[in-house]
Amino acid sequence: MAFAVAIFQSIIPMVGAQRRWSDWMHVAGPTALIQFALVSVAFAALVYSFIISDFSVALVANHSHSLKPMIYKVTGTWGNHEGSMLLWVLILSLFGGMVGLFGRDLPVSLKARTLAVQAMIGVAFIAFILFTSNPFERLLPAPPDGGDLNPLLQDIGLAIHPPFLYLGYVGLSVSFSFAVAALLEGRVDAAWARWVRPWTLLAWVCLTIGIALGSYWAYYELGWGGWWFWDPVENASFMPWLIAAALLHSAIVVEKRSSLKAWTILLAILAFSLSLMGTFIVRSGVLTSVHAFATDPDRGAFILAILFVAVVGSLTLFAWRAPIMRSEGVFQPISREGALVMNNLLLAVGCAVVFVGTLAPLAREFLDGEKISVGAPFFDLAFTPFMVMLFVILPLGALMPWKRADGGKIMGRLYWAAAGSLSIGGAVYGFQEGKGLLAPVGLALAAWLMLGVLVELWERGGFAKAGAVTGFRRLGGLPRSDWGKAVAHSGLGLMVMGIAAISAWEIEDIRLARPGDVIPLGPYEVRFMGVERLPIGAPFESAGCAMPSNTVKAGSQRNFETTIGRFELRSRGELQRILCSEKRFYPVQRMPTTEAAIDPGFLRDVYIVLGEIGQDGAWAVRSYLKPLANWIWIGALVMSIGGLISLTDRRYRIGAVRSKRIAAVPAE
Amino acid sequence: MIWRAVAIMLCLFVLQPTAAHAVEPDEILKDPLLEQRARGISKELRCLVCRNESIDDSSADLARDLRLLVRERLLAGDTDQQVIDFVVERYGEFVLLRPVFSWKNAVLWAAGPLIFLLGLFAAIAFIRKRPATGPQPLSKEEEQRLNALLKD
Repeated sequence: MAFAVAIFQSIIPMVGAQRRWSDWMHVAGPTALIQFALVSVAFAALVYSFIISDFSVALVANHSHSLKPMIYKVTGTWGNHEGSMLLWVLILSLFGGMVGLFGRDLPVSLKARTLAVQAMIGVAFIAFILFTSNPFERLLPAPPDGGDLNPLLQDIGLAIHPPFLYLGYVGLSVSFSFAVAALLEGRVDAAWARWVRPWTLLAWVCLTIGIALGSYWAYYELGWGGWWFWDPVENASFMPWLIAAALLHSAIVVEKRSSLKAWTILLAILAFSLSLMGTFIVRSGVLTSVHAFATDPDRGAFILAILFVAVVGSLTLFAWRAPIMRSEGVFQPISREGALVMNNLLLAVGCAVVFVGTLAPLAREFLDGEKISVGAPFFDLAFTPFMVMLFVILPLGALMPWKRADGGKIMGRLYWAAAGSLSIGGAVYGFQEGKGLLAPVGLALAAWLMLGVLVELWERGGFAKAGAVTGFRRLGGLPRSDWGKAVAHSGLGLMVMGIAAISAWEIEDIRLARPGDVIPLGPYEVRFMGVERLPIGAPFESAGCAMPSNTVKAGSQRNFETTIGRFELRSRGELQRILCSEKRFYPVQRMPTTEAAIDPGFLRDVYIVLGEIGQDGAWAVRSYLKPLANWIWIGALVMSIGGLISLTDRRYRIGAVRSKRIAAVPAE
Repeated sequence: MIWRAVAIMLCLFVLQPTAAHAVEPDEILKDPLLEQRARGISKELRCLVCRNESIDDSSADLARDLRLLVRERLLAGDTDQQVIDFVVERYGEFVLLRPVFSWKNAVLWAAGPLIFLLGLFAAIAFIRKRPATGPQPLSKEEEQRLNALLKD
């Protein structure tokens, strides 16, 4: 094992060296594949040493434990700094390989330059791994058992969260490489936009899923049902997401209208720079945050250097070459492209607010030594207005034709959507009896987004004139990218609805309860049945505890001791479910965690957390009713499905280059 | 200062970002309106020893002390602003999760609106610069090239 590992270590830098030749244009494709193959071997070796619990590898000894369930042994590979950086590089080389493989139809020089840029990033990060964070460092003599993975990370949601996030982060490197290559070529045209868009789309979809997973994990694992904290680490992933979303939209303008070229290039550069900054923030722990599982100044400095070179280098190149990019054609303010400019502006401003808010504490401390905090209340106030504006113009812009639109006509077509969403807002306001404007405004906006999509589909199908049959047939014939747009935008609507409802209408009950006590919770009653303690390895009868997947299963192997509280969820006296909330203790890491009992539902989640026991034998019990909670993540999922649908559009099919605009894709 | 440094060290090494047991049942005030105000204030105040958590979300002892302090002040008849001022006086601006509007924070607060306006002007300038009418007629040379292409 040691020997094999040593060989891989010596191979990796060679890969890096090999890739530097890629200016010899045709070498680029195959070397990208070789690099991918070699990095995969290294990664596979690391996963293998985690699986067999080879504690002579320092990383495994520090972060794994022989008693840990198998799945977390595997996922533990990237639950630490070194492993996650190797995963980063693996994905980087995967994307490089994919461009090499699928990009056959790209112009040779563009492809070579793109891959060369991709390789430079690869070299930087492989060097980073080798010099500051070698995952294969040996530990001799090998300790008898490992230090275990942080128990918060021993969870399926968080196990698959980093790979998606990294797919997103690193996927943006492809857009970045394309942008830099285009700057070098001095040419940006509709074809370029068509090549870049699928990669950006793919990265954005992965980023969406990754962020949603992280948010869902925080919701059920951190124990009070918060789902977004405006934490620096979250912001670090949110900023590239915002810019990638802007990039997706501006690339359409480049493709269709041959305009906004320089801006689109700039967005591509920014998106990846922010990804790098995200990596820096997470890996250096420079901003203290709830999630800083890794802290090391040397590594921070190294990533900062990479970040600096990448950002300064690409922006210099941009300043030098951007004037070459000439936009063509007319540009009217009231038009699809005009609306997309607004979309870009608002997304970019939103990102800027997040950026300033995230870095302000650092800047203030650096400038005058004073410490300030920037938290959720700031972002709620400073960020939300721009998103509200964005959501207001979205349906309008989506209906506008290219080149020139008639504002009055658009409003006329959206009359029903506007009336519908306003009346929904009004009805909600009346129904909830003066609880503030958050829910009515939020729900009206969400309705506006979704009704806007319906109006668009209605018109595209021509239902009014042609009747239902023709209408549906026409809808079936719409290009996939149009369907993707419709689905993604309605996903956004669902998410806004969930956010508004959970923020405005959550019911909370905190009390001391003894077994037998009944807690009223909205239309439900929660009956506290009692508590059971289980030491490590003790047999456990699940006794009808219908639970989310992370609760202990009967007879399963466990590396923690646990205290389980049982609750009956009753509605009008009838038993609905038995819910179990756990307090766990992981002895190896000496760390407690909480597993909330959640009864997920379409319209609401019931969320119960067992707290501490008091001196008089009563338990602190927190119960929440969270309306439409799941819509937040369902909305995110729908958005990413929309992205995927769009990705299957013929025009964007990876590598497929069609110079002809396809007016209507025949139905299958 | 030293106390704060110690607190932060404590936060980094002892307190894990874990299972938050925020507001404890015994802290809750009898008057629901007052309690609601207390919760609102708690969401604005940072748990000093934690990583980016409000005292409403945090399980740390200090957060509990602050929550009790907030409720004590409210019971004493303070307004929300008085309570917040009181806490800021004791712990500094660091305790505020929403930084104050001040010249020192001007960049922070003004960045969004300012960039938005600048961007709007830039966009308007960009659109103005573009010809609002249709494309220019083809030049002679382009016409010849087009004809050549059409013949193919």
